[in-house]
Amino acid sequence: MTSIGITIAFYALSGLSIGAAVAVFLTRNLLHAVIFVILAFIGMAGLFVTLSADFLAVSQVMIYAGAISVLLVFAVMLTPYASRDNGNSLFAPVGVLVGLGFAALIGFVATQVAWPVFSGSDLEAQNFTGTVRTIGGALLGGYALPFELASVLLLAALVGAIALVREDER
Amino acid sequence: MNPLEITLGHYLVVSGIVFGLGIAIALSKRNAIAVLMGIELMLNAVNLTFVAFSRFGSAFGPEPTQPLVGHVFVVFVLTVAAAEAAVALAMAVLVYRRRETVDLDRINLMRW
Repeated sequence: MTSIGITIAFYALSGLSIGAAVAVFLTRNLLHAVIFVILAFIGMAGLFVTLSADFLAVSQVMIYAGAISVLLVFAVMLTPYASRDNGNSLFAPVGVLVGLGFAALIGFVATQVAWPVFSGSDLEAQNFTGTVRTIGGALLGGYALPFELASVLLLAALVGAIALVREDER
Repeated sequence: MNPLEITLGHYLVVSGIVFGLGIAIALSKRNAIAVLMGIELMLNAVNLTFVAFSRFGSAFGPEPTQPLVGHVFVVFVLTVAAAEAAVALAMAVLVYRRRETVDLDRINLMRW
């Protein structure tokens, strides 16, 4: 992780993600907030690429920037007479303070703790052939039970969402 | 931290900032859909932490002991996030149908 390209990519992508998240907070239009949150998701996918997580970067683009953002746009469009401004409630100062506190705490811990990590040439990912094969093996091997439970969860969410928004017959 | 050599700490700091922004959005927005966006940002920050630890920890090392467990966890987080978004947005639409609002300051009844 010493090449200059990684450094530039890291700073550009993290700036994109953080800037888009700040814009989600600041913008006054809800649809603009949805667009900015998609931008933040895409920046995150780029950060995944810099971490050699190719499968997860593609999944991030497909699930977050694709599916979830479409759901968000649907929800905004399906509530037409609700207020479209992205206003803050009375607790906004408290929320900002709590968010700042969490960010400061995590940042402090992240910079102070000596994490047991590899560095230098150990990180040069020997024989890197993509992560898909390993993830697939783990999902159908040691993590088979959570994998099956996740499918049940998705089915429950699917049925639940349909049952919730179905129009009443009466 | 040397700013030009990207290490685990850099990614954790970015993740912490995005997580804090997600908390700030989730706690201070009035619109239920905006609150959901904050929650999604928080989940995304957690995913970044998982992937960063997986990259700099044991997964990619000379002798990977636990190959890509962090990535597997991120797959599950993605699954749960998608399910949660679907159900939460369905609830927002349902509340809107009954009350013509998704303003969380005005949704204060258990039943009506």
